[in-house]
Amino acid sequence: MQMDSKGKLIPVIEGRKICKRFSSKRGEKTVLEDIDLSVSENEFVVLFGPGQCGKTTLMNILSGLDVPTSGTVYCDGEIVQRPAPERGVVFQAMALFPWLTVRGNVAYGLKARGVPRDEWMERSDYFIKLVGLEGFEDAYINRLSGGMKQRVGIARAYCNDPKVLFMDEPFSALDAQTRYMMQDEIARIWETEKKTVVFVTNNIEEAVFLADRIILLTNCPSHVKKEYRIDLPRPRDYTSRDFLLLRDEITKQMDSTL
Amino acid sequence: MDKRKIISAGLAILSIVLFIFIWYLCTDVLELVPARTLPSPEKVLDSFIKKFHDKNPDGGTLIEHTLASLQVALTGYLWAIIIGVPLGIFMAWNRNVDKFVRPLFDLLKPIPGVAWIPLMIVIFGIGIKSKAAVVFCSAVVPCILNSYTGIKQSKEVHMWVARTFGATRLQMLWTVAIPTALPHIMTGIRVALSSAWVAIVAAELLGSTKGLGFMIQQSRGIYRTDIIIVGMLAIGICGIILSIILSFIEHLVVKGRK
Repeated sequence: MQMDSKGKLIPVIEGRKICKRFSSKRGEKTVLEDIDLSVSENEFVVLFGPGQCGKTTLMNILSGLDVPTSGTVYCDGEIVQRPAPERGVVFQAMALFPWLTVRGNVAYGLKARGVPRDEWMERSDYFIKLVGLEGFEDAYINRLSGGMKQRVGIARAYCNDPKVLFMDEPFSALDAQTRYMMQDEIARIWETEKKTVVFVTNNIEEAVFLADRIILLTNCPSHVKKEYRIDLPRPRDYTSRDFLLLRDEITKQMDSTL
Repeated sequence: MDKRKIISAGLAILSIVLFIFIWYLCTDVLELVPARTLPSPEKVLDSFIKKFHDKNPDGGTLIEHTLASLQVALTGYLWAIIIGVPLGIFMAWNRNVDKFVRPLFDLLKPIPGVAWIPLMIVIFGIGIKSKAAVVFCSAVVPCILNSYTGIKQSKEVHMWVARTFGATRLQMLWTVAIPTALPHIMTGIRVALSSAWVAIVAAELLGSTKGLGFMIQQSRGIYRTDIIIVGMLAIGICGIILSIILSFIEHLVVKGRK
């Protein structure tokens, strides 16, 4: 954790007045409007909002994959302009490399940076075990189920030891059962290997189950409507009274979309 | 599953047996065509075996002609791969290379390999060089086209993954684009093999001193239809063997796809 000259904590990720406009033949469309947010170390922040409200665009901007029309993103106090290994991403479509094995995928980032073999073997072993894929090291991706694929995606991002991990609706393609299981898993992994996480979802249960803090976004053009600090003890129970109350309260605040 | 395999093997054998039977019926049994025009399967088999050590009537055994054809075809073919595949890859990867090479490529692409024969004979004579050049011209086009298409199949999200892991552009080419393209590149190499084989026989028919095409052409002059058919069979068998070898290599190289 770093501090600035006045001894104030510098957030791991900070977005100031982020705007994003797309122009097409039909005119300009503002997707994000004046978004301010900050994420501190080892915090699990969920970006939550209705359907097409630009959550993915916001995440892409925070990770450096996309550039804002105006506004600035800081990572550890430095301006973000392009993607970097210190900002890992777990993509919605998984985006695993089918030509590599589980280990090849998990160790990809370390190999790309020229980390010696012993080290990437050891680290990939650890994270493959952590996500529960022991014994599948040499399997190719097309042999895995949806849940297992997403585990590989998570291990791949973790293995590179980023400062912050962005997850873009990682479980949206999974069936309901697997989704619950993976939510448990991600909570367990996060408790074992503390990490700053920015998690995008449009599923309220998922948000309340995982988040330290939920940032509620409005419909397009998106801005921050409200923030909720979730202090429920972990591991959380989907059916507890507090959980349900919180869930209802946030749902009421959410803009409805067709 | 096993039952299906037996049936398909049975059908394959049946088709060949039936073909030979009809051939036999038309020649030896019903004598629908004179033996000089279309010899019986028995006569062809006899000539086939004899031709293994008999240099008559064209000055070379079947093995010598086959090796001569293979040598020339493989020379031109390997050059086509060595030059065509990287060229296709770089055209797809670098816009300027594409802009520079494309007009010329588009102009030359529709010219069938066989159309190069007269020019090549004038330039290089009727030796190995002219025929290898003709083979090259036929085989290089599918190599370039398929490598190009393959690289263009690279998914944007895979590129993003590579970028978030800090991969350089060269690493993105080696670890993402080329693995993506590999199945297409192999397809191109396979298509190029048949083009090469067509081109070599055509080139030998028109101007040559040895090779299977030459053997066929010589036999036509002296009305030895049995040797013509022996030559055609040898061409077919070589083609099958070469494509089996290629499928084997393809199997080794392309991993994790269906």
